[in-house]
Amino acid sequence: MTLRLLRKAALVLLVLQCAAVAAAQPPRSGISYAGADVRALQADDFANPGMLWVARGEKSWNALAGRNNRSCAGCHQDAPVSMKGVAARYPRIDTATGKVSNIEGRINICRERNQAADPLQFESEELLALTAYVAHQSRGMPVAVAVEAANRPHLERGRDIYSRRQGQMNLACVNCHVQNAGRKLLAETISEGHGNAYPAYRLEWQGVGSLHRRLRACYFGVRAAMPAFGSDELLDLELYLARRAAGLPLETPGVRR
Amino acid sequence: MLARIQLPKTARRGEVISVRIAIQHPMETGFRFDVNGRAIAKNVINALSVRYNDAEIFRAEMGSGMAANPSLEFFTVARDSGELVFQWVDDAGRRGEERVQLAVTGP
Repeated sequence: MTLRLLRKAALVLLVLQCAAVAAAQPPRSGISYAGADVRALQADDFANPGMLWVARGEKSWNALAGRNNRSCAGCHQDAPVSMKGVAARYPRIDTATGKVSNIEGRINICRERNQAADPLQFESEELLALTAYVAHQSRGMPVAVAVEAANRPHLERGRDIYSRRQGQMNLACVNCHVQNAGRKLLAETISEGHGNAYPAYRLEWQGVGSLHRRLRACYFGVRAAMPAFGSDELLDLELYLARRAAGLPLETPGVRR
Repeated sequence: MLARIQLPKTARRGEVISVRIAIQHPMETGFRFDVNGRAIAKNVINALSVRYNDAEIFRAEMGSGMAANPSLEFFTVARDSGELVFQWVDDAGRRGEERVQLAVTGP
């Protein structure tokens, strides 16, 4: 009896130790779980199909838009200079509205305020291209969102969503991406679920998609109601994910299965 | 149609150079259905040709087996300075064209 108890205690201790080790380990990018062919596709700047969206984004960056007839470059000049490191700090709180804003949201804020143009639709090719182009300028830089009083409630809400069981499958993000990262789900290896490659080219989509599209795919997977693109829930989750991925280099445009 | 082309700006005469082209295109197979159950018409880039100083050096005929956003690579010998003209057309009749200059040095 006591032996059995001792064994149980030892097991519990081991599990706790493992958890502590897992928590101390640096985050691991999703690309490290991918096969050699996907890794090669992402590493080759020409073969990487996401670079087509980046190229398109560069065109949009320099194109005049809106009633003010202004381009992005008209204010921000050279994106490789002015946008370097910006995506690593997003999502941020927009000071004017006090709301969380990601790169897509920031582009649309800029369009409305400064270009007097209509906001671009979420998942439209042009918004994806511009977002990919802006985020691409920070490629290789570590994700580094600040933790401050203004975004703390959003971070906490994001963390709650991350560990909240939901959907008909009754699964939380943590059940797969923390407790079972590195293990198989059918033919796929479960990654730690970091967003540092987005907007990314997914072979399944045969195109570039936003992090929100990827998150919605996970909601769909656990058969939960999918929040809308750009909704507060997805933005808070995105903010928490960025905090969780702190230190990981941005890979935009990443390639994923 | 948006395309990216990669080849060296300059090459020595007689050098074998790699030429790469990637085109943004859905390469719709014709086997898929939209959310309302209607068949999506096949639309792929069916012909692509590359001319180097007016001589055809590469041609590709593609079908529904090609993935979206096709990326092609071939090799050619740099003979004279001049222009490479890439032309392609899809099933919907949309055409694309890109021109790239190549400078050849040496005897």
